Amino acid sequence: MKKFWKLAVMAAATSLIVAACGGSDSASDTTAPKDCAVSLGLQFPETGEAANLGAPMLKGAQLAVDEYNAANPDACVTLKTFDTQGDPAKAPAVASAVIADATILGLIGPGFSGESKAALPAYEAAGLGTVTGSATNAELQLNGWKVFHRILGNDSVQGPAIAKYIVDTLKPASVGIIDDASEYGKGLADTVKKAVGAGVKASDSIDPKAADFSAAVSKMKDANPAVIFYGGYYGEAVKISKQLRDAGVKATLVFGDGVKDQAGYADAAGPAAEGAIIACPCKDGSADFISAWQKKYNEVPGTYGAEYYDAANVFLNIIKAGAKNRAAVQTALGTYDAAGITKQIKFGANGDATEAATVYIYKVTGGKITYVTDVK
Amino acid sequence: MNLTQQFRDITRSVTYGPGVLSKLPKSARWSLGGMLIIAFYFMPYWPNVPVLGWIINTPGTSFENVLTDQIMVFVLMALGLNVVVGFAGLLDLGYVGFYAVGAYTTAVITSAHGNLPWVASLPISMLVAMLAGVILGTPTLRLRGDYLAIVTLGFGEIIRITANNSNWLGGPRGINNIKHPPNIGPLKFTVLNAKPYWYLGLTVILVVLFVLHRLERSRVGRAWSAVREDEDAAELMGVDTFKFKLWAFAIGAAVGGLAGSLYATKVAFINPDGFLLQLSILFLAAVVLGGTGNMYGAIVGGFLVAWVPERFRNFDTRRYFVFGCILVLVMVFRPQGIIPRRGSAAGPRPVEGEAQ
Amino acid sequence: MSNWLIYRTFWDLTVSGLVLGLIYALVALGYTMVYGVLRLINFAHSEVFMVGTFGVLVSLTKVFGIPIFEGGQYPFRTGFVLIGILLASLLIGMAVSGLGAVAIERIAYRPLRGAGDAYGAVALAFVTGLILSFIISSDIGTNLIIAAVVAGPLSILYLRIFKRGRQAPRLAFLISAIGVSMALAEAVAIWGPDERVVYQTPRILEKKVLFKFLGADVRIDYVIVAIGAVLMMTSLLLFVNRTRLGRGIRAVAQDAETSRILGVNVDLVILVTFLLGGAMAGGAAMMFTLVYDQTRFNIGFLLGVKSFTAAVLGGIGNIRGALLGGVVLGLAENYGSAVFGGQWKDVIAFVVLLVVLMFRPTGILGESLAKARV
Repeated sequence: MKKFWKLAVMAAATSLIVAACGGSDSASDTTAPKDCAVSLGLQFPETGEAANLGAPMLKGAQLAVDEYNAANPDACVTLKTFDTQGDPAKAPAVASAVIADATILGLIGPGFSGESKAALPAYEAAGLGTVTGSATNAELQLNGWKVFHRILGNDSVQGPAIAKYIVDTLKPASVGIIDDASEYGKGLADTVKKAVGAGVKASDSIDPKAADFSAAVSKMKDANPAVIFYGGYYGEAVKISKQLRDAGVKATLVFGDGVKDQAGYADAAGPAAEGAIIACPCKDGSADFISAWQKKYNEVPGTYGAEYYDAANVFLNIIKAGAKNRAAVQTALGTYDAAGITKQIKFGANGDATEAATVYIYKVTGGKITYVTDVK
Repeated sequence: MNLTQQFRDITRSVTYGPGVLSKLPKSARWSLGGMLIIAFYFMPYWPNVPVLGWIINTPGTSFENVLTDQIMVFVLMALGLNVVVGFAGLLDLGYVGFYAVGAYTTAVITSAHGNLPWVASLPISMLVAMLAGVILGTPTLRLRGDYLAIVTLGFGEIIRITANNSNWLGGPRGINNIKHPPNIGPLKFTVLNAKPYWYLGLTVILVVLFVLHRLERSRVGRAWSAVREDEDAAELMGVDTFKFKLWAFAIGAAVGGLAGSLYATKVAFINPDGFLLQLSILFLAAVVLGGTGNMYGAIVGGFLVAWVPERFRNFDTRRYFVFGCILVLVMVFRPQGIIPRRGSAAGPRPVEGEAQ
Repeated sequence: MSNWLIYRTFWDLTVSGLVLGLIYALVALGYTMVYGVLRLINFAHSEVFMVGTFGVLVSLTKVFGIPIFEGGQYPFRTGFVLIGILLASLLIGMAVSGLGAVAIERIAYRPLRGAGDAYGAVALAFVTGLILSFIISSDIGTNLIIAAVVAGPLSILYLRIFKRGRQAPRLAFLISAIGVSMALAEAVAIWGPDERVVYQTPRILEKKVLFKFLGADVRIDYVIVAIGAVLMMTSLLLFVNRTRLGRGIRAVAQDAETSRILGVNVDLVILVTFLLGGAMAGGAAMMFTLVYDQTRFNIGFLLGVKSFTAAVLGGIGNIRGALLGGVVLGLAENYGSAVFGGQWKDVIAFVVLLVVLMFRPTGILGESLAKARV
């Protein structure tokens, strides 16, 4: 009996180890049916608190790669995903893994500004070109990273444009400003606040993890501004819209690009979202893109989905044009000039897209986020 | 012989492993220890070793960076927290606060508001963190047990929120361009090669281990265990319990600050989101998982808590579910931790006031 | 400017602070009762609340088939239909949370008390199988089959190991609780229909302003929360103080060993404690969805931390302390946010706690469930 158990335990242990080894072979590329000679990396938050923002990034990039592979069956490209949870602490390790994978010619991402700051020094040292479709911090382009490219306008472009729209078009008597104390939300809210200037009557920050914003709502109710700008992402925008409306605040709500999400904001907030203004340095994307997305994922494209589709296509076009190594891809990024679905894509010397100076204004009408006008 | 007997034998051999070691002659022990230390210095190369490599490698991320950014931090933090929780028996749920203080101190003096050399950043960060420990400890250490836990938890959050709302500390943008250590001979501290950081980190871990080892066996260590086992009795016997609890707090905080400083110089960027409350909980999990009160346990626990989620990256979104389940399973089947405190293997002492 | 703000909006802040405070208080009851009986921070209680909000969500959308919006408007219901749906959802939320709490106790705590039973063994064996199956397959159907196959023999092994179990150290309970809460939140995030996004819950109650209280709007949902919370807490107090089982709870809280010797079924008492604490969290979940109509996989974490703070503030182990602590915390957060700005909300909460504990080291009303008297 004793012997039997000893054997059983040993067998179990061995099978565990064997299984673990078997598991390691199929690592990290569940999205790729087969391995191609060339691949692209995608650094984004797949798990963790911000994973809901990461999902459209993957879907957009995956759509572009799948379309490319369908069109070029004998020169396929694999999309390899690298999860950072949006956490700067995990970013350097992920960056090193990306760099160590010699098949990766370019990196799509990083998803957030924080992880960008932690990972880009490594990409810069390795000469691996990156194109982000979401890290909008207004200082990233000032670090002198040659590999840094960004497909959408940063917060210093967006903020003043939003302020301009508020002041010139909405012409409110006073403005209230709320932010979510995050890098993105506070950064954007601060630039709007500065540009609006004396018209700001009340401002407050909220904790995005909390459910109850009644202190901020009371403040806005008391100040009774004609326009309220909220800097933050769509999840909290829904909560704050509902709570403001429930408290009887009638002000026009204005948001930045983090709220431009049909399912995440307009569909979720329903009547509370009606009439809200959303500014975004992004376009909806072409009708083809939207229907392709609909077909593949059975939903409308999420925030940054179109940008990541474009970012992936930048690399795919460069690879198709014959770039075979990282240096060639990085060089080609500098001279890249082609139409994307969100804009004509051409990068300036600091890595920001040159056409990213335009901000598009959308309005929620009849439950749909619809385009209204441009602000230069 | 039945199954439970069998299981007991297996666990006993693991439990008494260190005991067996101590029966070896001194020379054998020293050479075994030396070999182990050398093996650890070669840890960045372990993924290249057959079999061991398969087990230890972290698919989808770089093992040597996981080693420096995660494992080094968790091992140091577990060692430091073990002083507070394991030695002195104080439940600290805000230990991430000291880590943040250390990291921010280094960031401020080498990048944001100063240009001090890297060498100065380590001791200054430790001192500032120690000071934070004393400041927190002085009013709170008179509280007992779980009251202390929630107050320390609050402290950790206060540090993070303050950093997030303070422009001087970079606000939510954080601080970047933190100084890397200077090159020492052939060791070049660049962004692409994490190995030198591991050599540095492991050296620091060994030094901390040595110091804590001496401390544990000193008068201070005995006072701690007296406080831990029965605070009232210790007080009665003339131990100045408050002073020794404060010492534990300060020393734990210093180690936390050290870890924060090392992390900041490695990653060169910090922001408040790197110091979430969840980290405190993971640090505590590392200590308890490894074996509360045992420094080698803390090392093992710190390693596992940092490594397991990275190892199971191919579980994609399910890896933290798996991690949570593993915590439960380990606690159910090995509640005293993987390497229990010496002398406690026969069963833990029931804690005062504990219900059945 | 902001200093005057608090005077102008004082009653507004008071009303909304009270509502939030009552929700904190209901969740705090679970922490307090478990702490009173087991001297254990039930860290997983936050997820008991989270599970309850999903119970309410499923009840509203699946059981009653109410859409989130009807033609772009809230799906308001009125009259008896409304009352019926609200009550049914409350019961479902309480049942889901209560059973969730009991399940957590069976799986993650009881084996640590050296009293592991077959339920716990099967559940843990199943989870082990599930983890092992992930190595082989990422298809959930396959995972479940493998887990079920593995669970059978493994649970027998686990049960035998349980038999030699003894009391684990306190910290082990805490880590086990942390593990459960992590696994639960992640499970909802992974296998919930919309994964990690914020779920909207249908708003069936039109949030009309009922009356003005010194210039502050008192909405109907606030009134329901206030009445519901007070009713639930009163019945809990009555249960603990007036019934046989309630006496058992107080006895175990006072001295578990002696109670066992005197014939109290300690395991039953613990089960009832978790069930009651969970049901209170389920009630809180219903109130929460009523006021904020949304939930998410990680909704419990921050609310749990705050509720635990509330429990400690009032005096942990003390049922009336939980009520007082919750209300004090909710109000302090609102007033403090108005004065210092919303970004300091949590700092204010913890500073209040610190100051209170400086002067009353065991909370405002002091600890002990055992001494709770009406």
